[in-house]
Amino acid sequence: MSTVATAHADEHHGAPKGITRWLFSTNHKDIGTMYLWFAFTMFLIGGAMAMVIRAELFAPGLQVVDPQFFNMMTTMHGLIMVFGAIMPAFVGLANWMIPMMIGAPDMALPRMNNWSFWILPVAGTMLVSTMFMEGGGPAFGWTFYAPLSTTFAPASTDFFIFSIHLLGFSSIMGAINVIVTILNMRAPGMNLMKMPMFVWTWLITAFLLIAVMPVLAGAVTMMLTDRHFGTSFFDAAGGGDPVMFQHIFWFFGHPEVYIMILPAFGIISHIIPTFSRKPLFGYSSMVYATASIAFLSFIVWAHHMFTVGMPVAGELYFMYATIMIAVPTGVKVFNWVATMWKGSLSFEIPMLWALAFVILFTIGGFSGLMLGVAPVDTQYHDTYFVVAHFHYVLVTGALFSIIAGVYFWLPKWTGHMYNLKLATFHFWWSVIWVNVLFFPQHFIGLAGMPRRIPDYATQFADWNMISSIGGFAFGLGQLLFLYIVVSTIRGGEKASTEVWDGSDGLEWTVPSPAPFHTFATAPEVR
Amino acid sequence: MTTNPSDLARKNLRTVRKLALVGVAMFGFGFLLVPLYDVFCDITGLNGKTGRLEAAEASGVGIDKERTVTVEFIANVRDEMGWDFRPQVASMEVHPGALMTTSFVAMNNQPHGVTGHAVPSVAPGRASRYFNKTECFCFSEQHLAAGESKDMPVKFIVDRDLPRDVKRLTLSYTFFSSGDEPG
Repeated sequence: MSTVATAHADEHHGAPKGITRWLFSTNHKDIGTMYLWFAFTMFLIGGAMAMVIRAELFAPGLQVVDPQFFNMMTTMHGLIMVFGAIMPAFVGLANWMIPMMIGAPDMALPRMNNWSFWILPVAGTMLVSTMFMEGGGPAFGWTFYAPLSTTFAPASTDFFIFSIHLLGFSSIMGAINVIVTILNMRAPGMNLMKMPMFVWTWLITAFLLIAVMPVLAGAVTMMLTDRHFGTSFFDAAGGGDPVMFQHIFWFFGHPEVYIMILPAFGIISHIIPTFSRKPLFGYSSMVYATASIAFLSFIVWAHHMFTVGMPVAGELYFMYATIMIAVPTGVKVFNWVATMWKGSLSFEIPMLWALAFVILFTIGGFSGLMLGVAPVDTQYHDTYFVVAHFHYVLVTGALFSIIAGVYFWLPKWTGHMYNLKLATFHFWWSVIWVNVLFFPQHFIGLAGMPRRIPDYATQFADWNMISSIGGFAFGLGQLLFLYIVVSTIRGGEKASTEVWDGSDGLEWTVPSPAPFHTFATAPEVR
Repeated sequence: MTTNPSDLARKNLRTVRKLALVGVAMFGFGFLLVPLYDVFCDITGLNGKTGRLEAAEASGVGIDKERTVTVEFIANVRDEMGWDFRPQVASMEVHPGALMTTSFVAMNNQPHGVTGHAVPSVAPGRASRYFNKTECFCFSEQHLAAGESKDMPVKFIVDRDLPRDVKRLTLSYTFFSSGDEPG
């Protein structure tokens, strides 16, 4: 295996200059930065698609785009946000923070790290390029159910399949790297139950990735052979079964949603103790809760399919197993609140985002509970209620935690404090408009508006217009985030080594900005 | 925790190998899910998958003259296939355990030969595991030349263990095209 790299020969030089610094980088901080910029770029592209969707849904009737293009927008928006924005952003944060949190000089496999990053822009470009091909890009929904994605899909679907393969390779290599780093590179004295929560949640996330990304790769491979090589995995004519596609997809898909939220739990578990000036309440219960959520995520997948015609016994099993996830998740929310109890709280920017996360993610969790109840899911299935639910857990959950993490660690990365006035404005702007955007979708969903349809009945018009206004405003606000980050990189008030008053952990013992190489000699952890 | 760089590299390599193996195994597991679902459906009778018996096994089963079950027949064809397909009789009264014979008629209205495959399904789903066929045109692909018509027999036994409350079974076949002959 040539990808297993040896340590840097010279530990004392700074960052190399020019484009090769980035192309050939084996430095976890540079690669982390590239992951984050890639994720932000994809976030803007996926966000632009969301703007098209909201513009079309601003009023009933077809005004802005034709239905096929609308379907392509919903599909690509989902795919890009899941595989291009949220997942790479978390990997970027892992690259930056995990070695510094466990006192390691770098990731365990720096060259593979380079490879797993540079596959991403290739895969992303290929995925986005399908939109400009004859017949258009994927328009079958981000869940690409067969036979829409096999028998009835455009020719560009093969590029989509290959880009999913590449994204899978990238994620699996990234996950292997994270696990090896965490298991083998911890500073002396840091046993597993002393690891910071972000490291713990990422360790478990990485195992989820290794377990389910190959299953997704298998699913798209079956699609490919169904399309071109005469197999009938999902084709009833040859003895296959389209419903089986849904089983295989959701066997990947349900753990996938925890892949996108467990690292968020880790970030929040750092921010809340810091600004409460208290250690995290119930550390070991947090670890066990994370592990239980990961385990349960493998045995609940069919709750996405309550309406396919399952026997009652199956519905009951998947319903009870799903509702059970509320227990470890409840433990986590309880622990965050208990950490704040009687703490000396201060409300710096990362804390504001973390608090918004706890409240709004919990709303998303509650609507998830409602969807998990099989008898009522028949009504909610494929409505805007589902859209509202997963945007509460993915936007105000995963995305808010990423933004919180960036505001938390940006002074450590750049050595500068950001403009607090602008950042405060960014927070309040975002948190108000995101609720204007997504909360009304609960109402129109419960009233029966189906998702993924460009037109709708006139009784949904008012809430859709309000939702669209919220969407445009929320989207605009994220350009401010871009401005804040760029101007912080360029300059600003100097940040101290600790950065925050209550900061705790190895990452806060290195100078700000964090030098190119940190922990060349391992620190001692007691 | 080891401090020697070459020891660490070796240790890392070992961990990578194990993890890569997990990745490869899970890729295989994805494909394994396909037969697993079939087995699961066979055992539970989900998805209306019907059982299959060899003729020899079937002869040893006694007939339950006290019970009568109605078996209904439905025939469907995918639109683009261009076949007529219907059951000879709409329904039969059968005693559980008795070997019954019925047949379906298929006719190819296309100007060229067509090969098709019939997919069976039994409703209610929980009864499907008690519906066994010893002979069926759905076991293999069927070919009809242009304008040809064919009688397609089915031999079946309704299992004596069929739950008491099931009084009516529906056997449905859907013909799918598996290929046109050129010309």
